[in-house]
Amino acid sequence: MKTMKLVCVGNGMAGVRTIEELLKLAPDLFDITIFGAEPHPNYNRILLSPVLAGEQTLDEIVLNDREWYAQHSITLEAGKKVTTIDRVRRVVVADDGTEAEYDRLLLATGSNPVILPIPGNALEGVLTYRDIADTEAMIEAATRCRNAVVIGGGLLGLEAANGLRVRGMDVTVVHLLDSLMERQLDRTAAKLLQNSLEARGLKFLLPKQTSEIVAGESGSVCAVRFKDSETISADLVVMAVGVRPNTALAQAARLHCSRGIVVSDTMQTFDPRIYAVGECVNHRGIAYGLVAPLFEMAKVCANHLAGFGIGRYPGSLTSTKLKVTGIDLFSAGDFVGGEGTEHITLSDPVAGIYKKLVLKDEKLVGAVLYGDTLDGAYYFRLLREGRSVTDVRDRLMFGEANLGDTGHLGQNRAAAMSDDMEVCGCNGVCKGAIVKAIREQKLYTLDDVRKHTKASSSCGSCTGLVEQLLISVAGADYSAAPRQKPLCGCTDHTHAEVRKAIRDEKILTITDALLLLGWRTPNGCAACRPALNYYLISTWPHEARDDPQSRFINERAHANIQKDGTFSVVPRMWGGITNSSELRRIADVVDKYAIPTVKVTGGQRIDLLGVKKQDLPAVWRDLDMPSGHAYAKALRTVKTCVGSEWCRFGVQDSTRMGQELERALWRMYAPHKVKLAVSGCPRNCAESGIKDVGVIGVDSGWEIYVAGNGGIKTEVAQFLVKVKSHDEVLEHAGAFLQLYREEGWYLERTVHFVHRVGLDYVKKRVLDDPEGRKVLHERLLFALKGEPDPWAERASGIGRQEFESLEPATEAAL
Amino acid sequence: MRKPDVVCAEIPSRADAIANARELGEPEPGMLKWTRICRIDEIPRLGARVVRRGVAPNIAVFRTASDMFYALADRCPHRGGPLSQGIVYGERVACPLHNTNVELDSGCAVAPDKGRVQRFMVKVEADFVYVDLEIQADGNH
Ligand SMILES: Cc1cc2nc3c(=O)[nH]c(=O)nc-3n(C[C@H](O)[C@H](O)[C@H](O)COP(=O)(O)OP(=O)(O)OC[C@H]3O[C@@H](n4cnc5c(N)ncnc54)[C@H](O)[C@@H]3O)c2cc1C
Ligand code: HEM
Ligand code: SF4
Ligand code: FES
Repeated sequence: MKTMKLVCVGNGMAGVRTIEELLKLAPDLFDITIFGAEPHPNYNRILLSPVLAGEQTLDEIVLNDREWYAQHSITLEAGKKVTTIDRVRRVVVADDGTEAEYDRLLLATGSNPVILPIPGNALEGVLTYRDIADTEAMIEAATRCRNAVVIGGGLLGLEAANGLRVRGMDVTVVHLLDSLMERQLDRTAAKLLQNSLEARGLKFLLPKQTSEIVAGESGSVCAVRFKDSETISADLVVMAVGVRPNTALAQAARLHCSRGIVVSDTMQTFDPRIYAVGECVNHRGIAYGLVAPLFEMAKVCANHLAGFGIGRYPGSLTSTKLKVTGIDLFSAGDFVGGEGTEHITLSDPVAGIYKKLVLKDEKLVGAVLYGDTLDGAYYFRLLREGRSVTDVRDRLMFGEANLGDTGHLGQNRAAAMSDDMEVCGCNGVCKGAIVKAIREQKLYTLDDVRKHTKASSSCGSCTGLVEQLLISVAGADYSAAPRQKPLCGCTDHTHAEVRKAIRDEKILTITDALLLLGWRTPNGCAACRPALNYYLISTWPHEARDDPQSRFINERAHANIQKDGTFSVVPRMWGGITNSSELRRIADVVDKYAIPTVKVTGGQRIDLLGVKKQDLPAVWRDLDMPSGHAYAKALRTVKTCVGSEWCRFGVQDSTRMGQELERALWRMYAPHKVKLAVSGCPRNCAESGIKDVGVIGVDSGWEIYVAGNGGIKTEVAQFLVKVKSHDEVLEHAGAFLQLYREEGWYLERTVHFVHRVGLDYVKKRVLDDPEGRKVLHERLLFALKGEPDPWAERASGIGRQEFESLEPATEAAL
Repeated sequence: MRKPDVVCAEIPSRADAIANARELGEPEPGMLKWTRICRIDEIPRLGARVVRRGVAPNIAVFRTASDMFYALADRCPHRGGPLSQGIVYGERVACPLHNTNVELDSGCAVAPDKGRVQRFMVKVEADFVYVDLEIQADGNH
């Protein structure tokens, strides 16, 4: 039953987005009324420029048609401007006398264009650029008038100028400073931009201060005069000199305002019943003027309106793209730089390309791209993630495509691909299918694309490509993913937040985790439950109880499910060493259970494929060998070479080292699978260079490498340290793996973990702090202590139910 | 373990069931042949068990967190994966092979995946789960 009344003032992008988010969370909580001063349903304001330039029509930019309001039983009071908020009676009153009561009020009044305080600013023919009415007036003026003057050389001014020029007017842009878009561009990029706009027929006067707008005989504008007395003729003047948060209504209601309606991190104003979102607010001193942050605010605000009370808005980083067809411009972050920053620049004036990256403390803090903006999304992602770029620094300027193939961090030029080229190799999806789905199903996010096409939903290595397709088809403004991805659709919390909560609040069960973290679903989904289960048992070993129903079938049945529903069994062979009696038992098992395929694996052990589920416990009993965990997100194998015991090159006993590592680490669950290798000399026959932890024997000891990967995208392991003794190898490898176990995100391989936190961080924790290393290692040993061999347990009859099917009793009918 | 309330996933009472079945054109309960499958607690919450009935496909009997029981053919509409081995959440199961999500009550794959799994009639009585192993809830044999 709807018991509460929600009134939203402002029928624009932020307000309606908040309502949409709210309906997703609590569709029946509120009776909703929306007031909008404009007579239109909610439309996409940022697409006014393509409308002005004749590339889109007004109908195309409507976001929520009137039917949408009706469907959700929302009362739309379009064309009515709210003039009073009575906070005592909790009523709002509109200019035509319409009243609406509220229990919660949402202010989303946007902003107003700044109007210069100069004579003539109210003359006929003087326009601002904010809404449909302005755009229609400009389109109409372009059919009558010849000379347009646009005051303001920022994003809006240039888009307006370009549109008017495309519509055949003679356009002059006047700017107070000597450089265009100074808030988004450095001088070099600004100059390039000005050149290419001039080439399109725009004229520029800068620096130039306007002092008066002059009226002609008819009473409408005829000229613009400047401070230096120069005068140019104009029959249309567009003022695009900035916007000011629209706080008039809030101020009249005596809500605290200061360059915007002041809100907390939960988007509440000083009256807790009144929330505010969008351009009208001042959050931590910032008023945002782009949609991406507004959408993030909307999410948080909706969550609190719905009474869930989770999530805070911490502020946003923003990036800018100029929407002038044919001009590629991107900027984000601190692109000017200052104390302690370094610049990398690339400039190719002939090709019209300029790129500048600003680095600080080994991290990317700002970027300006001109002429070639393909990598904008990539740089913006690096910026948001704030990850160290040391490892890719020398190639950074050449973009993501140059980091390798289409891997996680790699991105080929999606635009250059033909429609029948395959994007997602795992699921066989080509570019054409993805583009079609994005267009026809109106997909905006990576998750949408994954759901609809299955592209990028398996190994994820084509993620970069899919993101690029999204950007080129759906437009950059929408694809800007939320600052950090939530764990899954059941929650807004990120992996990091969930891990922290489990640690800080000492959460021990999945039920408590779902409850305390405010999951939207009663018992999660197939994506989050396994993650939560891992976080619980890795954070609170021996205290949190493992939940088998939250594990994938492989980990529940301790064997790998195959495509026909049978399972495969890989017994552990310590360091790849076996003997005649093990081999004999394996042979007997193969015969006894008629196992169809026996294969030697890449991990130096033997795989029995095609075992029936009900045979598993007996197979394990007869094998009498420990579980190889080939089915688990856990330590898999420790590959070794023969080493100094036999090999004429060997300098270290790699087999023994490998066995020691394997015996110490087996049964270790981790965010993802973990593979080790040990070689007896630098010839490296065990391929230690592509393992999560690779150890290589040298004359004087052992070299340890971490975060390699031989999977979909081969990544060479990075050198961590050289040590002398076996014990040191065990301690360093153990500490590194424990760090990964504690701070990695579920399904994140060590290579991605180290990419995210940076190798320097790993060194700080594992090398520079010997005490900390010991503690990490001890925590690992504690977690593994007493951990049973799952096969031995099940061979003895524990958990039988999982393996038995039910035989129907033949019993009478009803 | 909390003793589950007696739940009947498909048929509330005999009279209701007959009326309801006629309306939907489903087989009338009188025609059903209930086979006792197991005790309620032999199926884990948020889990499933497989019933072998001699002919393909096997039947998967699911139990949700709120102790609702559902029976579906153990054959995913995508490529025939064993749904009984998937993760059960809410009123759905995720196939273990390629993660198609199937609604337990309707047997339909959740959009954007397509397809539908055969459903079978289930009832729970006096701590036991019964399934009609032959007649599908949709009425077509
Ligand atoms: C031409 C143009 C191009 C842009 N391009 C981009 C871009 O490329 N990328 C980007 O990120 N951003 C862009 N922006 C900015 C973006 O459109 C805004 O940040 C966003 O629309 C702000 O949303 P909002 O809901 O806060 O305000 P608005 O969308 O302005 O909505 C506020 C609404 O409230 C109504 N209102 C105000 N007061 C009252 C009242 N008292 N009673 C009733 N109704 C009231 C207003 O009429 C208005 O409809 C552009 C803006 C313009 C004008
Ligand atoms: C003279 C030195 C070498 C000798 C005597 C030697 C001998 C062997 C032998 C006997 C095998 C087993 C073949 C089989 O499985 O049938 C083998 C496998 C292998 N060797 Fe060498 N090898 C030598 C040098 C190298 C070097 C320098 C490398 C790597 C750079 C290398 C990489 C491998 C690999 C990857 C395998 C397969 C291991 C597996 O089965 O997983 N070998 N080698
Ligand atoms: S890595 Fe060195 S020690 Fe080991 S087998 Fe190869 S050559 Fe011999
Ligand atoms: S067989 Fe079920 S998802 Fe492919």
